[in-house]
Amino acid sequence: MSETVLELEKLTIALPPGADRANAVSDVDLVLRAGKVTCLIGESGSGKSLVARSILGLLPRPHVRVGSGRILFEGQDLAIAPQDKMRAIRGAKIGMIFQEPMTALNPLHTIGRQLDEVLRIHTQLGKAARRARVLELIDSVHLPEPGRIIRSFPHQLSGGQRQRAMIAMALLLSPRLLIADEPTTALDVTTQAQILYLIRELQREHGTSVLFITHDFGVVADIADEVAVLQRGTLVERGTAAAVLGAPGHPYTRALIAAVPKLVPPPARPANKQPFIVEARDVTKTYGARGLFGGDVTRALAGVTMELRRGETLGLVGESGSGKSTLARAITRLMPIDGGEILLGGADIAHFSRRRLRPVRKRVQMVFQDPYASLDPRQRIIDIIAEGPIIHGTPPAKAREEAQALLGLVGLDPSAAQRFPHEFSGGQRQRIGIARALALHPEVLVADDPVSALDVSVQAQVLALLADIKARLHLRMLFVTHDLRVALQVCDRIAVMKQGEVVEVAPTAEIFFSPQHAYTKALFAAVPGGTWQDRRAS
Amino acid sequence: MRAGFARFARNRMALFGAAVLLCLFLLVVLTPVIYPDDPFKLVGPALQPPGGRFLLGTDTLGRDVAAEIAYGARTSLIIGVGATLAAIVFGAVVGGMAGYYRGMTETVLMRITEFFQTIPAFIFALLIVAILSPSVSSEIIAIAAVSWPSIARLVRGEFVSLGGREFVQACAGLGASDARIIFNHMLPNCASSVIAVGSLLIGTAILLEAGLAFLGLGDPNVMSWGLIISAGRAVLRSAWWICTFPGIAILLTVLGINLIGDGLNEALNPRLRER
Amino acid sequence: MRFARYVGYRLLTALPVICGIIVLNFLLIHLAPGDAASVLAGESGAATPEYMDELRHKFGLDQSLGMQFLTYVSNLAHFNLGYSYRNDADVSSLILERLGPTSLLMLTAFGTALALGIILGLVAATGRNSWRDNVISLISLVAYATPGFWLGLMMIVIFSIGLGWLPTSGFDTVGAGHEGWAEVWDIGRHLVMPAVSLALFYLALYARLMRASILEQTGMDYVTTARAKGQTERRIMTGHVLRNALLPVVTLAGVQAGNLIGGSIVVETVFGWPGIGTLAFNALQSRDLNLILAIFFISACLVVVINLAVDVIYFMLDPRMEI
Repeated sequence: MSETVLELEKLTIALPPGADRANAVSDVDLVLRAGKVTCLIGESGSGKSLVARSILGLLPRPHVRVGSGRILFEGQDLAIAPQDKMRAIRGAKIGMIFQEPMTALNPLHTIGRQLDEVLRIHTQLGKAARRARVLELIDSVHLPEPGRIIRSFPHQLSGGQRQRAMIAMALLLSPRLLIADEPTTALDVTTQAQILYLIRELQREHGTSVLFITHDFGVVADIADEVAVLQRGTLVERGTAAAVLGAPGHPYTRALIAAVPKLVPPPARPANKQPFIVEARDVTKTYGARGLFGGDVTRALAGVTMELRRGETLGLVGESGSGKSTLARAITRLMPIDGGEILLGGADIAHFSRRRLRPVRKRVQMVFQDPYASLDPRQRIIDIIAEGPIIHGTPPAKAREEAQALLGLVGLDPSAAQRFPHEFSGGQRQRIGIARALALHPEVLVADDPVSALDVSVQAQVLALLADIKARLHLRMLFVTHDLRVALQVCDRIAVMKQGEVVEVAPTAEIFFSPQHAYTKALFAAVPGGTWQDRRAS
Repeated sequence: MRAGFARFARNRMALFGAAVLLCLFLLVVLTPVIYPDDPFKLVGPALQPPGGRFLLGTDTLGRDVAAEIAYGARTSLIIGVGATLAAIVFGAVVGGMAGYYRGMTETVLMRITEFFQTIPAFIFALLIVAILSPSVSSEIIAIAAVSWPSIARLVRGEFVSLGGREFVQACAGLGASDARIIFNHMLPNCASSVIAVGSLLIGTAILLEAGLAFLGLGDPNVMSWGLIISAGRAVLRSAWWICTFPGIAILLTVLGINLIGDGLNEALNPRLRER
Repeated sequence: MRFARYVGYRLLTALPVICGIIVLNFLLIHLAPGDAASVLAGESGAATPEYMDELRHKFGLDQSLGMQFLTYVSNLAHFNLGYSYRNDADVSSLILERLGPTSLLMLTAFGTALALGIILGLVAATGRNSWRDNVISLISLVAYATPGFWLGLMMIVIFSIGLGWLPTSGFDTVGAGHEGWAEVWDIGRHLVMPAVSLALFYLALYARLMRASILEQTGMDYVTTARAKGQTERRIMTGHVLRNALLPVVTLAGVQAGNLIGGSIVVETVFGWPGIGTLAFNALQSRDLNLILAIFFISACLVVVINLAVDVIYFMLDPRMEI
């Protein structure tokens, strides 16, 4: 057994009075060992990020503080260490990287200056030596042209590059412990795979101990040596990765793992020969053309063609910037397109006037991504659901009656009707959003990444609801998602999008077993926990 | 605990502001009862110091300064509120159209708004009053003409961000008309920030009005605080009270309005609450 | 390169603003009730019929509106702003000779307000909810509600009439014949009260904004990163937070430049400061509208220049700015 780097002993973090519970976490015991990656996994609100921050004394003071317990590092208790001692440890002996590298870097300083700062704080090195060390680290995280990178500002780099720079910054002084707080959550799946690989590589090279905070069991499977599961502030299970993933002991862990969509396609079905209900033909859309001075132009859709048949669910899969959401908004006519046709039941609705569009609106409805932004905070739930029918001429009393019935259909209590959106959780809000879409009895449901903002257990419930509704109401669904695992579970066919184009379309089973396009293959390879999933599936 | 105390202390400031304004309203309402005479009427000997028969003394012509201030309060409030309402309506229409329709409409309207924000506001207001000839309505027009850009920019910003919010898109997706989206969803959701900024604008408007009246651009037939100060300036050396008391009235009024505005800002925009 | 391109771009976008000011000025002349010539001549009634004719001819008032506009533009292009009958002088030279005192007053007030405002905002934000914060917040609240001209009058009552420390008005002591440092000292003594009356409102504004801005920035993720590096709180403030927090203050300072010019009119009037403000006041008294219009035009152009400078400063402070 390798040497202990840091030990949490009965760590309790107190929340301010008035919070939903007295302690963010209670009595957490955790041992971090040299050369090992320990994953601390939990859903939102479990307190996992606060554990990470408490180690470096970075809790949001004065509201949140370590209530009791010890944080033992190199023979001292960091929970009670004075500020100057903590400063000597931060950045030098314990490095940290964060979820959102854009906001974690100072927008006004160059990357080089921000790395250099660490060396200026902790070492007596001269300017040239510091520069050499910075360049060395930039190179070791595989950033191209280190000389150019250090002169760049954060906004000039991509998300993945920024996270690499953050990693370089955290590892400049070869710390004994690296704390990574959801470092890949804000990144695309292929970038995520690269960053995970990089962390693993550097950690092995330096023998660093890593505390990796995540909510994704796929990521755990890829990177963890040891796992600790946090449920609402209580550590319910810990052990080696193989043990926890292979034979979870605690019911909560079992439930979490079961909720992770399996990386298996649905059984192949006979080919759907029904007619098309929605067709997009050569659809183009460009953002940000600014006449006189040119400016940046982004081609969001570069001639996309895609068909949705009656009775099927088509998955639109792609990374951020692939144009999948833009296509969903183009099909629902929430966004004008520059060129091409959008056929609904054979009629081109792309250039319909507002008046002609109105009856069309009823036939295509959308479920949105963000459950917090998609409901008007000033409307009651019943009014949110009944608004569509009222717009289309249903008498308000009848519309509200129907809305009340819909609440039951999406699994909400009838008492929800008179309440406001902020009184509901993310999953419940998404159910309300689904009810609003269903209120108009649409022929086509467009779901724009509807579960991406939800915890994995809630995600499973919402997906089950969608599957149930789809079967009961015979809906056709266009399902936009960035998560291949979700797409495999939900969709009959999958269209893979990249840079405004559909690069591959095929039935789900086919695309899973023999992806044709190189990008599709890369996407499948990048799914976190892929090999673990394979074993689960078999 | 400390944060709670600080919030309480800040609320107390807003309460103080509300109390000041309440007193002002009472004064305005009761003015005809307390001072039934025309404030321009000569009621006693000139330049009487305060504390005697006349609470705040008399001015160069023997008019009661206290009565003048009481009548001036009405003028200040009418012009402050009137100009702010006009600015909000005009600014909201311009900003709302820019933020809702985007594209060319937005570019043109916002360039115009920025233009009106660039030109020196006070000189512009002064020119408008000079050209329209001084009166209460021309002062309202002039002050509204220099105040609307900030509302327009605020509403435009709110509309742009609300327009990108999914609940507004969802409503458009239901087939709602522009009017329904704007009046049922967007305006109610930006009303709180407009109210908060608008209440601060009243204070600025009152300061502007005082400045205009001080330069002799107030309505010559209506008593106003700026006018009293302007008239008392010549005898500053011998009769300090003529200038002093109306200034204190302006200060207290604007302070009260600003405190209420800050309080509203904190209460209505929860994002700022932690500051 | 990026810098030069930005300056070029900003110069280009300043052009339509100047055009707008010209159009607005032209419209204002014609909005005024009555004959444009009498507007331009001033309603003093002192203008001779010959002068009125000359005006009509000079501004082409007997021609179509389009021609009038062209004449107006060409006059402006030649820096011909007309003639002030009341002052018996060329408008452009009248304004030019008063630009110096006004600039001195404005720059002093602006610099003081900005520097002190930033410092006070910083002090208030770093000692949040301490007595320093409360005192600064209270002072800025009161200053924010005080009319500048009234503050000036009160200062005259206290410091000139009561205590006899400072002169009540003027730019320097007339006939004293001070030279060198004595002259600087003399002008400085005259400058104190006008500058304070003009600056206080903006000082309060900048202090409030700076405080809010710092409090916002200290909650940002990059501050946590700096802490995780082991940086001291003091260096985090000076090295990271301060520059980020300054950006909105710089923006506001640019927006407020125009208001500062307006404020100087009342303040100059109070203190008899021989600048554009006093000129404007006198023009108002004699209803010399053309002179006021010219002052409006010049100060608007001045604001455009100041805005340009502020934008360029902002551009240098924020690398994210794109053209």
